[in-house]
Amino acid sequence: MFDTHQTTSGAVTIRDLSKSFHLDGAPLTVLRHLDLDIPAGQSLAIVGASGSGKTTLLRILAGLEEPDSGDVLIDDFPVRGLGRDRSVIFQEPRLIPWLNVLRNVAFGLEVQGVARTEAETRARRYLRLVGLTEFESALPRQLSGGMAQRVGIARALTVQPEILLLDEPLGALDAMTKLAMQKELSRIWAEERVTMVLVTHDLEEAIFLADRVMVLPREKGGTPKLMDIDLTRPRDRSDREFVRVRQQLMSEFGLH
Amino acid sequence: MTYDILTPAERAGAQSAAPASRWRQRAQGLLADYGLVLGFFAGWQIASMAGWLNPAVFPAPDRVVAALWNGLSSGALVDDIVISLQRAGIAFLAAVALGIPLGLLMGQMRPLERALDPILQLFRQTSALALYPVFILIFGLGEGSKVFVIFWATLFPILLATIGGVKEVDLKLVEMAHSFGASQLTIFRRVILPASVPPIFVGLRLSATTALLLLIAAEMIGANKGVGFQVMNAQYNFQIPLMFAAIFLLATLGLAANWVLVQLQRRLCSWSLDPR
Repeated sequence: MFDTHQTTSGAVTIRDLSKSFHLDGAPLTVLRHLDLDIPAGQSLAIVGASGSGKTTLLRILAGLEEPDSGDVLIDDFPVRGLGRDRSVIFQEPRLIPWLNVLRNVAFGLEVQGVARTEAETRARRYLRLVGLTEFESALPRQLSGGMAQRVGIARALTVQPEILLLDEPLGALDAMTKLAMQKELSRIWAEERVTMVLVTHDLEEAIFLADRVMVLPREKGGTPKLMDIDLTRPRDRSDREFVRVRQQLMSEFGLH
Repeated sequence: MTYDILTPAERAGAQSAAPASRWRQRAQGLLADYGLVLGFFAGWQIASMAGWLNPAVFPAPDRVVAALWNGLSSGALVDDIVISLQRAGIAFLAAVALGIPLGLLMGQMRPLERALDPILQLFRQTSALALYPVFILIFGLGEGSKVFVIFWATLFPILLATIGGVKEVDLKLVEMAHSFGASQLTIFRRVILPASVPPIFVGLRLSATTALLLLIAAEMIGANKGVGFQVMNAQYNFQIPLMFAAIFLLATLGLAANWVLVQLQRRLCSWSLDPR
């Protein structure tokens, strides 16, 4: 196992987790008896075809969705619902259009009851981390897609979560911005030492960012496959090992 | 990564053209905006002076201005303006005071909206003017019925715009706030309420127009003061320039009300305006 992080909190344990939805009256199982352990500070990427339940799993971890059965434990404590130990980065930046960049970053803290000045002081630190200090008084509509997403990332980090949950965070960005943002995420993760769960449909992104990749099977409720990514960081997409891992993952995925 | 945003220095640089050409630009802009209106009045004046218009029906604009000036300086029209503004103002404020809170509540509570919606639709589709006789029966021919008919007509645009605004709030923003553990009250205060302000303003501007429309109608029936009364009264007494002066005043009141609301809108929700 490749482990650069010595973080002690933020370990996720999933036990026997099941979830199904009702579509026009017919039950549709998306997760069946899922077990998973994510050590504290590890980054796990969840890949899978659309409808494989990867976003559902992330939303259950976030507390935005209730499982039908099974448990989610964080540092061995069962959790239900939302918690301040976790924060979510969505596919869209979801910035508040009437608040400037700084106040958007401070938003998470403010709704958690932190006083505005204190929240803004802490927000500035994370704006610096994502490289947007000089844009603190800009409105969201003035930002490009990549910048807006970095504001969203800063907002999620400002509440200092132990677990960062990313739901296809770069899915809506253009190819160039996406590559730059992957580097950024990799750097931020290394600096912040959080547990990271990343849902993506981009295999390269998964290999670039994650310590471990989980492939959710196409057939509903099948057994997911896990693969360790033992590549040194920072990773290089053109590296021969990178390409080898990618091919291996592709065949695991059934694309070969 | 592209930074499609100007630094303050760049923005200032883009605006600092030479003063002379800036004045010319402004003059051209004014001409483009108001040239046609000016031309209309000039044409009217010329047609009157040349004798192409019957002065008994269309008095020359200078006579209308003179009548307006007389009315204002003698204070006669001022009294009318005050009473008209008072009627429309009280009704409009009452509609705001009821419509916005009720709309916020209805937009959030589906059962309440479902229960109230059919009766609201029925009331809304019934012309306020058709109900005016009913209001006169209830409140008498005095101020009460006049204010109430305006209130009635202005309530619905505000109420419906508020309900619509609350219901159209981006649920993704709500979920984002929720994911940070925001309480329902916090979400309402920090997300739903501010997001509803622009659609509420659409309703307010619509209502302001409606308020003036109903004001005139109400003042034409059984009033002895007010700008609307003055239009009718001047016509009865064949004071045609005064009639036009009163009509002109009404148009000005409408423009002024809209201007005030636009300024307020700029201040309260500039983020939703001119997205550039």
